[in-house]
Amino acid sequence: MGRITLDKVTKSFGDVNVIPPLDLTIEDGEFVVFVGPSGCGKSTLLRLIAGLEDVSSGQIRIDGNDATELPPAKRGLAMVFQSYALYPHMSVRKNIAFPLKMAKMDQAEIDKRVNKAAEVLNLASYIDRRPGQLSGGQRQRVAIGRAIVREPSAFLFDEPLSNLDAALRVGMRLEISELHERLKTTMIYVTHDQVEAMTMADKIVVLNAGNIEQVGSPLDLYREPRNLFVAGFIGSPKMNFIEGAEAAKHDAATIGIRPEHLDASATEGTWTGKVGVSEHLGSDTFLHVHDTGLAETITVRVNGEFGLRHGDTVYLTPQADKIHRFDAAGLRIA
Amino acid sequence: MARSVTKQQKALNTAIAWTIGLLIFFPILWTILTSFKSEGQAIADPPIFLFFDWTLENYAVVQERSNYTNFLWNSIIISVGSTVLGLIVAIPAAWSMAFTPSKRTKDILMWMLSTKMLPAVGVLYPIYIGATKMGLMDSHIALVLVIMLINLPIIIWMLYTYFREIPGEILEAARMDGASLKEEIIYILTPMAIPGIASTMLLNIILAWNEAFWTINLTVTKAAPLTAFIASYSSPEGLFYAKLSAASTMAIAPILIMGWFSQKQLVRGLTFGAVK
Repeated sequence: MGRITLDKVTKSFGDVNVIPPLDLTIEDGEFVVFVGPSGCGKSTLLRLIAGLEDVSSGQIRIDGNDATELPPAKRGLAMVFQSYALYPHMSVRKNIAFPLKMAKMDQAEIDKRVNKAAEVLNLASYIDRRPGQLSGGQRQRVAIGRAIVREPSAFLFDEPLSNLDAALRVGMRLEISELHERLKTTMIYVTHDQVEAMTMADKIVVLNAGNIEQVGSPLDLYREPRNLFVAGFIGSPKMNFIEGAEAAKHDAATIGIRPEHLDASATEGTWTGKVGVSEHLGSDTFLHVHDTGLAETITVRVNGEFGLRHGDTVYLTPQADKIHRFDAAGLRIA
Repeated sequence: MARSVTKQQKALNTAIAWTIGLLIFFPILWTILTSFKSEGQAIADPPIFLFFDWTLENYAVVQERSNYTNFLWNSIIISVGSTVLGLIVAIPAAWSMAFTPSKRTKDILMWMLSTKMLPAVGVLYPIYIGATKMGLMDSHIALVLVIMLINLPIIIWMLYTYFREIPGEILEAARMDGASLKEEIIYILTPMAIPGIASTMLLNIILAWNEAFWTINLTVTKAAPLTAFIASYSSPEGLFYAKLSAASTMAIAPILIMGWFSQKQLVRGLTFGAVK
């Protein structure tokens, strides 16, 4: 079981209020991702749940029991740190066995669990090495191994992939998702990378300056962002925002249109502009269009083989049902 | 691209390095050589470098005239004693400054370091009188205490820098893994800190061993270590260079051998934190 409830939780460091009163429920077995820009309080929130920081006020309940005052080890949670935080003087085996040793488990059971974790995570061939002799990806697996042997009620991941190179990151992302499929244990995952959030989460919590901007499934957030912040943060490349007369036509202060919801043509369309930088990804090309009179730059996703070049005139047509409307306060107009 | 160094440049650099190295080592080499000369050859003009009649006579005389083992034993007690006592005081101090720093931690560290800027002779009077009044003159206790206090800032600084290198996340991981404070110290912190503590210990034994000001000023015979042993051969005996050299060689030999064997650990201790 691993149902975690935050009830009016706040956190201040001295005079600085990092988390204003915040309510959140994480259901058992859910994969929840906290996402937001640097300094938005996502790591602090995770550390509050872990018990590594004390809440300033409010209550944290795990499976209905008040855990607010419990020390980290008594909460039944396991954490994977950004730096992996492996014990450098211990072998992989001893690292993984450490939480079990602390729990005074008998040696036979420890061996059984460590061997099982090593097998699941493909650690068996370097189980007697020290962390210093492992690559980044292997260290990450050891850190995950140390977390799963305890059979915790929830896993907490604090930006676990940010020290890995791009290729490895994609691989580990899949491994963690597969692990969640297999274990069905609650996972809370902190990242600043919205791609990780979109691809892994059952539920995304978008944070900004300690506030929850929106909670929902990745597609909910993509389709119906509650405000300008979420609209701009979720989706890559970023949503285009247009203010002024064009927005007024749609009875809104700001309208938003995603690069993939604009049709580009060399001959006709609603808006016109000049092609600036083109980013060729092979499958797609992102055009940065200037001089539209709508916004400084409009980003458009077009086919990878799209023919226009720098300086050419391009016509853009938004897909009518994909226009997001926001009021003067930045909130979505339904 | 790596900086290119020509063969000639390399040879020149090597030659310069060797010259400087030998120049620094020369007084020690000369002392060792002189200790094997007769008194006459020791003061010969022009000086004789290698071609003299090698003799062990000086060592025999020195050993006969003064009890080397006694001085050696005092040196060991004072250097090891002050280092161990220093570590007992410094480990908790450095620990708390590294892991739970306060606003004033940096100031305290600077203040401690500033005491090293004071010339030792500046406090000779109070310490000398204090030691005399308390009946601690020529005692191990006085020397262990004074030398411990002199080296304490360095011990704390070294340990502080070392402890700072231990990442906080590892300690948090241990807490998440259910380690109590005691278990955290036994299983995680101590094993990680031992290399740092070991190099601090080695360096301080060497510093304490070589300390000459207080050991000479606060001792007469009972607690006198090897530094006093050398000094006793300098003035009152006149110009007995060969015997003085033999005494010096005997005094520096133990620490030189220890330093040689532990140089790897020492270098690591002095450069930690420099390279991640």
